[in-house]
Amino acid sequence: MTPELGQLALILALLLALAQGILPLIGAWRGNRALMAVARPAAAGQAVFVALAFGILVWAFVHFDFSVRYVAENSNLALPWYYRIAAVWGAHEGSLLLWIFILNVWTVALATFSQKLPEVFAARVLAVMGLIAVGFLAFIIFTSDPFGRLLPMPGDGGDLNPVLQDPGMTFHPPVLYTGYVGFSVAFAFSIAALLGGELEQAWVRWARPWTNVAWAFLTCGIVAGSWWAYAELGWGGWWFWDPVENASFMPWLVGLALIHAQAVTEKRGSLRAWTILLSIFAFSLSLLGTFLVRSGVLTSVHAFASDPRRGVFILAFLTIVVGGSLLLYALRAPKVAGGKAFKLLSRETVLLIGNLMFAVAAAMVLLGTLFPLVGDALNMGRISVGPPYFGFLFPLLMLPVVLLLPFGPFLRWGKGDTTVLKQVLMRAGIAAAACAIVAAFFVDGQPKAIAGVASLVWLGVGVGLYALKRWREMPAGRRYPAEMAGMLLAHLGVGVFVAGVLITESLSVTSDVRMAPGQTQHIAGYEFRFDGVHQTTGPNWRADQGVVTVTRGSNLVAVMHPQKRTYLRGQVQTESAVDAGLFRDLYVALGEPMDTANIEGAWSLRLYYKPFVRWIWGGGLLMMLGGFICAADKRFRIKRIVESEAVEGLLVQETRA
Amino acid sequence: MPMNPTRKRRLIIVALVVAAAAVAVGLGVYALQQNMNYLLTPSQVQSGQASSYKTFRLGGMVKAGSIQRSKDSLQVTFTVVDASGTMPVEYTGILPDLFRDDQSVIATGHMDNARFIATEVLAKHDETYMPKELKDAMAKAHANKKVEAGAAQGDMP
Repeated sequence: MTPELGQLALILALLLALAQGILPLIGAWRGNRALMAVARPAAAGQAVFVALAFGILVWAFVHFDFSVRYVAENSNLALPWYYRIAAVWGAHEGSLLLWIFILNVWTVALATFSQKLPEVFAARVLAVMGLIAVGFLAFIIFTSDPFGRLLPMPGDGGDLNPVLQDPGMTFHPPVLYTGYVGFSVAFAFSIAALLGGELEQAWVRWARPWTNVAWAFLTCGIVAGSWWAYAELGWGGWWFWDPVENASFMPWLVGLALIHAQAVTEKRGSLRAWTILLSIFAFSLSLLGTFLVRSGVLTSVHAFASDPRRGVFILAFLTIVVGGSLLLYALRAPKVAGGKAFKLLSRETVLLIGNLMFAVAAAMVLLGTLFPLVGDALNMGRISVGPPYFGFLFPLLMLPVVLLLPFGPFLRWGKGDTTVLKQVLMRAGIAAAACAIVAAFFVDGQPKAIAGVASLVWLGVGVGLYALKRWREMPAGRRYPAEMAGMLLAHLGVGVFVAGVLITESLSVTSDVRMAPGQTQHIAGYEFRFDGVHQTTGPNWRADQGVVTVTRGSNLVAVMHPQKRTYLRGQVQTESAVDAGLFRDLYVALGEPMDTANIEGAWSLRLYYKPFVRWIWGGGLLMMLGGFICAADKRFRIKRIVESEAVEGLLVQETRA
Repeated sequence: MPMNPTRKRRLIIVALVVAAAAVAVGLGVYALQQNMNYLLTPSQVQSGQASSYKTFRLGGMVKAGSIQRSKDSLQVTFTVVDASGTMPVEYTGILPDLFRDDQSVIATGHMDNARFIATEVLAKHDETYMPKELKDAMAKAHANKKVEAGAAQGDMP
């Protein structure tokens, strides 16, 4: 198959995207049903061609078509087939193709399930999705062509970045992108609502599961990325406040706020304008994230210089999306605002405080991430903002969230009452305090670890009390609808996450040591014996592999094999060995030989004891699960059928008339 | 004009939001100031530009043959150079995978007499964008001199 076909498919997809983006909008404006009806077939056609282009690139990788520059740069003959497929999204061009492919999957799903929405509204939503696709397809075709030829064709290619040659990395980008792109649905809904000048509560109800699913995917992607960084980078850290991480964290925070704001809008009709604003920001930050990660805009402004067209295009695209939607917001938001009033003490207020905190946290991360750009622009020299900035401000902002979280579900919409709050405060507070005191003896009085235990108990008891209340007060079968179960699970996840973070941060033992074969080190009650290093080989690498035997007392705990790999092109990559456990991880990474001529001699090693580190990802996974379960709630569907009947009835009347 | 309850409530809310924003901005600026790290090259340090910073990042190339490991600990000393300056660096710990002669590195730390004590050392593979940043800094430091061809090549991923 010739790669030029891929190019052609992309061009056809662009034309269809233009049709999908423009015609239905005109149709919705003029009341022309024929034009509105273009949206669905155009979306389907576009998806087919994008899938074709994606398939052709995969095919080129699988069949070693090194005449394609992108393939030659990112794969070679020795790369196993699964990493060759992963290499499709291993660099800038291919990852954009993956992005647009996932956008098409979402669009097709939206087109399929939106049959029941009012025709005009659905046409606008799909058109907005089409316009987003236009931007990305144009970006790929004009600046980042993955199908460009390389002549003469090299005999063998380069290599996929060895850092990416890990099973976790194979899934991380698609999952993360599914989350990023998923926010486009909420965005399209908001833009369509602004264009139409009204936002029905029913539409928000319909949009909620989409946002939840997108957010859950993003959560999963971030958790996978964090786990990968821990396992792969060999530093034993799980989060570095690196610009690339921040890029995914900002839309996550705004998405989190959006989920909660949507709940308020759907149930009470209030905060409509805020919900719309959050949808716009969530998607804009997703776009920013996509570009930051791949284009190097942020970390080096001068990446623009290497391909000025790319930088200018990105800036223009972001300006149109952000500026255009904010302009539309400014013009139309007053029209859509409305909803029921609420008292100071109410569920709305608590959710609003949470929302503000998440939004401010996102702004704080944005400031820290983009500050080097500002510094460079103002000629302040080369600046970077260190992790302590984030590490100081973020917990501070999240403190009120953690403190208020148990009360949220107990408060009524509109106007809550204080007696039940006092009860919760007493019970959860006493439980947390008691556990904190007990924990203090186990953790050597480490304040962070004590705080971790206390927050876990505070949140866990809070969630438990509410679950108990539902159990007592509601009839069987109606106690925990999926929406509620998801919420409880996700909130419990917050507790697990916070506990994991605080305990790991305070009680981890890290030790960089020099060890000769046969030597032992004692760390946190474990004995690590270094049994030397030997050589081993893999499909496209050779490695020095160490053997470390860990014992506790007289029991063998684990035999660990950390590696130092050298890939074909000479890139060196540390593969750490992890002995995982629910309550602790043991982590060993090879440093370097003390004498490079004698690798069987002494080495420097990193030995880590990481208590409760799995809880960090466990909490993240619980939050993700909560998001998915929430989205599965029947309420989001039953209502839709009822509405659809009404809509269908209307249509029937229309056709009869 | 007497205030009606709604207006009064709104005023309180606005006042609270403004106060909260002020606190947030204050904290943000404070934290930002505390954590801004400047990237300097050896020659910039030698010309005295580092004197106003307690900790900063030192960027340059590892001078060939300058890496010396201690016999019985993880202490390493090496020299970081740019086109016209040199700076001895001391570090205790494990160096990144790609740390070697003629590699571009960025070390975070502080000055102790004429020696740079590093708390963290990054080689290009840890942060793929670092070298470019470093190249810029080095180019800026020697606007009139040509950055050595070797340095420029080493920077390209």
